Amino acid sequence: MRRMWILGIESSCDETGLALYHDQRGLVAHAVHSQIDLHQAYGGVVPELASRDHVRRIVPLYRQVLADAGIVAADIDAVAYTAGPGLAGALLVGAAFAESVALALGRPAIPIHHLEGHLLSPLLSADPPAYPFVALLVSGGHTQLMRVSAVGEYEMLGETLDDAAGEAFDKTAKLLGLPYPGGPALAALAQQGTPGRVKLPRPMLNSGDLDFSFSGLKTAVLNAVNKGLDEAGRADLAAEFQEAVVDVLVGKSLAALRQTRLKQLVVAGGVGANRRLRERLDLELAQRKGRVFYPELALCTDNGAMIAFAGAQRLAAGLAHPADAHEIAVRPRWPLDTL
Amino acid sequence: MKLLALETSAETASVALLTGDRLLHREGGTPGTHARFVLGWVETLLEEGGCALAEIDGIAFSAGPGSFTGLRLAVSVAQGLAVAADLPLIAVPTLHALAFGRGDGLHLCCMDARMSEVYSQACEVRGDAVIARSEVRVGAPGDLSPPPGEPAQWQACGSGFALPATQSLHWLPTLAGIDASAAPHARDVARLGARLLDAGQTVDAALAAPLYIRDKVAQTTAERLAAGGRA
Ligand SMILES: Nc1ncnc2c1ncn2[C@@H]1O[C@H](COP(=O)(O)OP(=O)(O)O)[C@@H](O)[C@H]1O
Ligand SMILES: [Mg+2]
Repeated sequence: MRRMWILGIESSCDETGLALYHDQRGLVAHAVHSQIDLHQAYGGVVPELASRDHVRRIVPLYRQVLADAGIVAADIDAVAYTAGPGLAGALLVGAAFAESVALALGRPAIPIHHLEGHLLSPLLSADPPAYPFVALLVSGGHTQLMRVSAVGEYEMLGETLDDAAGEAFDKTAKLLGLPYPGGPALAALAQQGTPGRVKLPRPMLNSGDLDFSFSGLKTAVLNAVNKGLDEAGRADLAAEFQEAVVDVLVGKSLAALRQTRLKQLVVAGGVGANRRLRERLDLELAQRKGRVFYPELALCTDNGAMIAFAGAQRLAAGLAHPADAHEIAVRPRWPLDTL
Repeated sequence: MKLLALETSAETASVALLTGDRLLHREGGTPGTHARFVLGWVETLLEEGGCALAEIDGIAFSAGPGSFTGLRLAVSVAQGLAVAADLPLIAVPTLHALAFGRGDGLHLCCMDARMSEVYSQACEVRGDAVIARSEVRVGAPGDLSPPPGEPAQWQACGSGFALPATQSLHWLPTLAGIDASAAPHARDVARLGARLLDAGQTVDAALAAPLYIRDKVAQTTAERLAAGGRA
């Protein structure tokens, strides 16, 4: 029986993540360092600072996962790393490190698309979905619906025409004076409010296609904020905003399942941590005899585990494409449907 | 001694392999393309030198100052090779490597730092050693200080001297000569690295870091607000 250790490396934005996946034992070790504290004072991710921090974190995290798994470098069979999309300088740190480890060990390096990592991450859970399924990818940079038939076979069903859902959460949170990153803070404030007291639009809910738009929602929030809000008003606005985003995400996900005639929905990306979204999807899918799958909470944000796993899946499917001549190449912009 | 050296801080990238007295090297590329070549060169040089990575005694990298992305490329490659092959790293200051490449004497090193600034340092090369005669600085080319002591004993070198603002410095003609085409190279990183390795001046991969010099790269929200900007 073939035994394989795959090292996964993620450094596309503000998290450094390393992990070891074993093709029979599953995810054995993973460690993430989040830079949230580093960027907080700047009100958002500063690319140069992010790149600098990846250099500081990558070796200790690498040593930690090897120690946790109880293996040595020579045991590694392949190195998977995020080659894009993301911040060019941040990606380069992980790519250069990964390609170098691979060269030194004489093992293949596998460049992975960050979103492929996210959308396959629910397969890492104890009770995974089976192919094919519909994936709703909702993060700070992306909002898209995809039909996933197998590893490497993704069909784009719809995507946002402007802001991503997470971005809308973050920008709205900023308008409400909440700290960065705004998504979780806004969700917490929403718990104290009641949706419907303020009215916000559900953009493109009935557009007939599977695309999204969230920038208008942000403008509507701005107008409401400008009219002046007391404490209760802020909570109500947060609740209504969350409800509006959730309504649209749920409505379009159900439409995607209808269109593809599939019953399984996979939710990936940071916004997938939103409790209200989970409640609503669970309820709607249960009523339709379908099922929603989420990655484990620890794997919702950026991490190396999903990259190691995507690498393992590609390797097993004969779809790993090592770079020519150990070229270190990153793709800051890389459409998923070109995979 | 066997040592691998990486230099990707400036316009041209280079990699060198020192095995005893033999020095093999590769160089080329344009800014922004270094990442495509360096590892390929590492592999070719090891083949050419008939030596496996495991036989190497250490990896020297040009630590900076220089292009931020370029410095990180060299450090990240060095870290990756080091952890996988269990090797020590040697951080060689880039301006020392630049001076060393000029040979014995006094060298005022100055590299273009973009954003209308230069990195500079006065260095003395004596045999196989480089002695810093001033701190590494980043600043406007017009503020570059003349070297210490007698100007006529100093040579100016580096891309910083190709900038109009340095060329018009009134004291520049008092120096012994100017070579604005001089650039740091991996063969000098290798030679200096060998000396540092002999002296036990190695750094663990986890602590290997670029010498950025320019450390203020963004304004905090509070600083933007204080300057009358928006959050
Ligand atoms: N509970 C939550 N509710 C809504 N949004 C959330 C929640 N938790 C995280 N987010 C959002 O998820 C995004 C981060 O997710 P991530 O997958 O790391 O995105 P990216 O990698 O694109 O930056 C942020 O926009 C954040 O505000
Ligand atoms: Mg992400």
